[in-house]
Amino acid sequence: MMRQFPANPDLTVEEFELNMGPQHPSTHGVLRLVLTMDGERVVRCKPVVGYLHRSIEKMAENRTYTQVIPVTDRLDYCTSMTSNYVYVMAVEDLADITVPPRAEYIRVIMSELNRIASHLLWYGTFALEVGATTPFIYGFRDREKVLDLFESTCGARLLYNYLRIGGVSRDLPEDFCERMLAFLDEWEPLIREYEDLLDENPIFYNRTKKVGFLSAEKALAYGVSGPNLRASGMARDVRREHPYAVYPELEFDVPVRTEGDVFARYRIRMEELRQSARILRQCAEKLPGGPYLEPQPLRVVLPEGETYVHLESPRGDIGCYLVSQGTDKPYRCKFRTPSFCHIAVFQHLVRDCLIPDIMAICASFDVVLPETDR
Amino acid sequence: MSPDEFLPILQARFPQVEFRLDPLNPQALIMSASGVPEVFGWLRDAPEAAMQYLEFSTAVDRPPDCLCVVYSLYSYTHRHRLALKVDLPRHAPTVPTLSHLWENADWNEREIYDLFGVFFSGHEDLRRLMMPEDWEGHPLRKDYSHPNLTPRPD
Repeated sequence: MMRQFPANPDLTVEEFELNMGPQHPSTHGVLRLVLTMDGERVVRCKPVVGYLHRSIEKMAENRTYTQVIPVTDRLDYCTSMTSNYVYVMAVEDLADITVPPRAEYIRVIMSELNRIASHLLWYGTFALEVGATTPFIYGFRDREKVLDLFESTCGARLLYNYLRIGGVSRDLPEDFCERMLAFLDEWEPLIREYEDLLDENPIFYNRTKKVGFLSAEKALAYGVSGPNLRASGMARDVRREHPYAVYPELEFDVPVRTEGDVFARYRIRMEELRQSARILRQCAEKLPGGPYLEPQPLRVVLPEGETYVHLESPRGDIGCYLVSQGTDKPYRCKFRTPSFCHIAVFQHLVRDCLIPDIMAICASFDVVLPETDR
Repeated sequence: MSPDEFLPILQARFPQVEFRLDPLNPQALIMSASGVPEVFGWLRDAPEAAMQYLEFSTAVDRPPDCLCVVYSLYSYTHRHRLALKVDLPRHAPTVPTLSHLWENADWNEREIYDLFGVFFSGHEDLRRLMMPEDWEGHPLRKDYSHPNLTPRPD
């Protein structure tokens, strides 16, 4: 739209299109944003996704139930454990398999450790987007220690393929709980240090306060979940609303903030780190003995039927809709992923923002592109 | 409320729409396409249903005749879930859009259009979402073929 430039009537100004991504350091993967700009202000934003589409749902239809597990690792490589988890939970629900209590605890320990690893990765990259380089080093330094714990358990640091239908693939190493508690004792005080780096920093404050406001109403309409929804004033957590595994036996709080801005989303995740540590300590105390796996045949055959299960991943509400036709392969396996909804909400959020605000907003939602594109 | 509690309420409220319980899925109801989007509008706004949240929508291809669109709704107020399934003819699957009810439906429907070829009437921006714009065919259909797509050996 062309219009007159207020300061000089001889000049006209018009909107222009700006392409951000797909290769852009602040998009955390390959996200492309087509921005319509009026000067420095964003008028419209159209996210373009699909650059990382690996047809995971189609691949799943071509594999046996067990063979799908390593594919789910690739859904969201920052939190493979919860992607594994939601899939095996769907299979177990359909096949009516009961998981031994020790395996349930191990799964919760792994989910919460993965939440810490994912939030630490987020903390580092988020701070980087708003111009602070130091937190990146802090976040990654401590994430390494969590990855060491994973490595000692299942041999992998990123794509774990650890959960199995009926339990987990191997037992925890003998000294796992001691090492985990030693890590927690050493690391928990450092959360305060992370916050000190950002909380009182005026530059950080100006970049994040009252930026990217998302109302609870819009958040629901867009299907936003997890920490992002809790930052908009809704105390919603799958672990609390529809407790799965051993979460009913564990004590933890669901942090909520009402501001709905970038700063609130940051604060929620910092608080969640503490809650995860709290859950892990309880798990270490309560961890029962016994088998870690209810052995299943290599080719699990599920009865005809369908199910939908969901759980709380570090990014939000991840779900798996599984349809079986009584064979050894899924007939349809749909993943409902939180980042898919979180990217769609950008079109609404970045209106009237500046381009640097987009970086902050994009980072604050903790989107992971492979999970969106699947 | 569970699907069997929803069933009589919906049948009384929308006599022109067919509803029945789904034998395969205890969380779901099967309905005829003529009730979209009125039934969904009611489910979202009626206080006893209060489905503020469209968790996801997707499709399941059931050759030779049927393509089934699945909507999963969730209410944070009542903490209940209801899946609604609409069976469409596979050769020309068309269903009205829900994007005016939930913003979330916009992308979900684009994805279903892209991967299954379901046409959502009234959708303002029905383009492919995952696949390139010039891609041919709809990959998640059961009869889709591509040179790179071969069955895994046993």
